Amino acid sequence: MNAAVETMDVRTTPKQVATLSEAVIEIMSDSGEGAQKCGQSFGSIAARMGNGVWTVEIIPAEIQPPARSIAGASGNRIRIGSKRITNGGDEADLAVAFNEQVLLGRVNAGELKPGCIVLLESMWGASADPKIALQYRETLDRLLGEGYRVHEVPMENECRRLVSDPRKGKNMFVLGMLCNLYSLDMDLARDQIAFIFGKKAEKVIKSNVALLEAGHAWAEHNLDFGFRVPAVRATEPQLVINGNTAIALGVLASGMDICAMYPITPATSASHYLSDVFERAGGIVHQAEDEIAACAFAIGASYTGKVAVTITSGPGYSLKQEGIGLAVMAEIPLVVVNVQRGGPSTGQPTKAEQSDLLTTMFGSHGDAPKVVMATSSIEDCFYSMITARRIAETFNMVVVVLSDASLATAQQPFPRPRFSEDWVAPPIDQNPVPEGAKPYDWDPITGLSRRFVPGQPNGMHTLTGLAHDRASRVAYDGETNEQGMHARSLKLAALQKMLMPPKVFGAEEGDLLVVGWGSTKGAIEESVERLRAEGHAVSALHLQFLQPMPPGIKEILQRFGQVITVEGNWSDRPDDPLIDESNRRYSALAMLLRSRYLVDVDCWTEVRGRPINPGSICNELRRRLAREEFRR
Amino acid sequence: MSTASACLHHLFEENRSLEEYQGGIPRWCKGCGDNAILAAVQRLCRDEGLRPEKTVFVSGIGCSSRLPHYMRTYGFHGIHGRALPIAEGIKLARPDLHVFVNTGDGDCCSIGAAHWIHAIRYNMNLTVLLHDNHIYGLTKKQASPTSPLGTKSNTTPRGSYLDAMSPLTVTLGVQNASFVAQAVDWIPESLFQIVTAAFRHRGFSFVRILQRCPEFVGSMFEPWVHDPERMLMLTHEDGIRLSPALQKIYRNQVEHDPANIHRAREIASSEDPIPVGILYRNPAVPCYEDLRRSGMLRTTDTIRTSLEAEFDKFTVWP
Repeated sequence: MNAAVETMDVRTTPKQVATLSEAVIEIMSDSGEGAQKCGQSFGSIAARMGNGVWTVEIIPAEIQPPARSIAGASGNRIRIGSKRITNGGDEADLAVAFNEQVLLGRVNAGELKPGCIVLLESMWGASADPKIALQYRETLDRLLGEGYRVHEVPMENECRRLVSDPRKGKNMFVLGMLCNLYSLDMDLARDQIAFIFGKKAEKVIKSNVALLEAGHAWAEHNLDFGFRVPAVRATEPQLVINGNTAIALGVLASGMDICAMYPITPATSASHYLSDVFERAGGIVHQAEDEIAACAFAIGASYTGKVAVTITSGPGYSLKQEGIGLAVMAEIPLVVVNVQRGGPSTGQPTKAEQSDLLTTMFGSHGDAPKVVMATSSIEDCFYSMITARRIAETFNMVVVVLSDASLATAQQPFPRPRFSEDWVAPPIDQNPVPEGAKPYDWDPITGLSRRFVPGQPNGMHTLTGLAHDRASRVAYDGETNEQGMHARSLKLAALQKMLMPPKVFGAEEGDLLVVGWGSTKGAIEESVERLRAEGHAVSALHLQFLQPMPPGIKEILQRFGQVITVEGNWSDRPDDPLIDESNRRYSALAMLLRSRYLVDVDCWTEVRGRPINPGSICNELRRRLAREEFRR
Repeated sequence: MSTASACLHHLFEENRSLEEYQGGIPRWCKGCGDNAILAAVQRLCRDEGLRPEKTVFVSGIGCSSRLPHYMRTYGFHGIHGRALPIAEGIKLARPDLHVFVNTGDGDCCSIGAAHWIHAIRYNMNLTVLLHDNHIYGLTKKQASPTSPLGTKSNTTPRGSYLDAMSPLTVTLGVQNASFVAQAVDWIPESLFQIVTAAFRHRGFSFVRILQRCPEFVGSMFEPWVHDPERMLMLTHEDGIRLSPALQKIYRNQVEHDPANIHRAREIASSEDPIPVGILYRNPAVPCYEDLRRSGMLRTTDTIRTSLEAEFDKFTVWP
């Protein structure tokens, strides 16, 4: 691809193509300029070439933030590598910005590496508005002063040669530049354009391919550097989707029929996607009048025989709590998805946090045992829905699946699932109930009972949220109340006995064990890999089931000198003047591990709204490993 | 194994007694109007030949909401205010079931008010009985949204402050209202007729039933109970007709065509005399379940086919 280029006369020095094992690239623009489409396409092309890929959306909180504003950056971070990539990585190596203000937002947030290469739209320097021209000049000076390697690119001017509205085509020009800089296959890039504009006219595809090629040629002629991130083509087909789409596909695959929801960021896109595809398979997405109704609706649907799902985020989860308690009490299976966001209250709706673990486990008044799972990758989002449906149905329990904003919009290729009939819910049982059988005939060992659903002759009973006996009759006596509590609690133990002990990442014993749950898995394991390469005896443990916790955890914790959790929720800082052991608030998982296993578990947490990156984790762990008490 | 025609014959022959719909012994207070409502729905089930296993009574919380426990059908005694969304979920998942909702003036018009408004709009095929006694009973006498101005209760010892809400005008004011009627517990014959008409209407059939609470507001409806002239009986060939016996007692009758929504709204605004009968009926309003259910048989194969088609969209082939 590069051979022909050497003859070009614009560039004075030969192009140097460096080989990298990985790279982090950010593309940002004002909202609506298409940086996200550009970034996702870049990720897809790299995935097709066999690269490990992780893409993260950079989303402004407003729908139409003012143009050229620091808070308005909209775009994508793409991390590609020669090996599998499991998280968004550390600071960016290269950034493309459609204006200098959106770039500043990322610079100020510390998201760019020192010396990061910046490709900056140059048109603003020549703006007729002296204020804009001055802002551009000042920012450029600052960036150069701080050591960023800035290349001014006349993106709009170049695009204007090809299209009348360059603002709309710039993103494909940038995609072409990036394909050149990272040596991506241009045939795959053309395919990608045909795919994303597939529903539009041939003319649209042609014009975008022309922009792509122009961007490629411009970078070839004007930039004397380039990179190659070698990849081995996958041997199996891969799916490239984000976490919310994976959840939606998981719902479809699980055979659930009804999803009741109410719009809430960042969960809604799962329901958007489901609304689009579910009905073609005979399913229904019901947009209820509020979160409470969505939960009650799903409970009503589940009650009639097939497990239903409700998908929400933190504030919606809070509203559903009473309904969830009803499902627990009446033993109606239900799947609840909570795509967590920053809290409390309205918090940070578009940002990632892992702050709902305790409310999920202990929320709803009274003793309301339910199953809590957390998804740790895009692939996991898909399979968790199938698992959740099966557990809900087997145990007549509420299963809550925790995801979060960082998985919701992140994309990662994973092997295309092979359909299994076991995924799908069985048909509704309408056989007569044997004479004398009771709807809550709790098994004394497992707490399980066979539920009766409407339509089954002889099964008639009135289900109630009141304390009830085996026949579902309201019962206020202490003995019966305890029997019910006992049975509902035992079901968790019965499930726990079926779970496999979790696997340790790294060695089975050592100085330090890092424990995590949910979306931090990739970043934690990557930091453990780096530290192990430096010679530290560090391992990681990641929990998929938070309630019940699988067997064998205590034994694992005890094999390490120190245990620390890394989580995206608040914990008090031990060096604050008022904080000591008698008042320190530990992070959610640390608190759970401490109380269950009586092991001294420390925690390190971040609530900065961004996914926790491996570099930050490494820094913190190195700091701790350097402490006296860690040295053996 | 029986042949299809034998099965049909069997179904036709199926006759159930009232006892077959009777569950536990009601624990409402002596003289409570809920007993009349229970008697009416049990008779309805028998006369309409509803299979008990195909019938679900859904309720919220309150005195009214204990009704499912006294039926020998399926019952769902849920949580306060949420009977309607639960019933909607049941109906959307299983349109083959007969779904009734028993709710009170606190349950429906206060804590569940948002669901009520939207349930009218969804117009699902549910029979909704609002047991309206103008007071909170189970929590021991607090003013409800339908308590008349000045009602003395434990939270309004010097009398309630606000004018009562009219569940009839509210319901008739919402888009897609398709069946609105009013009955009173002290005229059991018309109560039964109205509940039957509600059941036979395909859509969201809303029946407000004025119901006496002898324990907390014993004299609330006394003037009307004792003076038949203060009852306004709505009759029409498309509504209900009074029996000769009732015609003699309740002579204050008016012909009202349930298709006339403007007149229905006027009648609904009257608190004295109390209108009894079908105020509005529009069988043409589509039901949400008909709009949403595709009729497609959902099998493992359809799921597999649609899933593979979606996978194809996102697959990166080697």
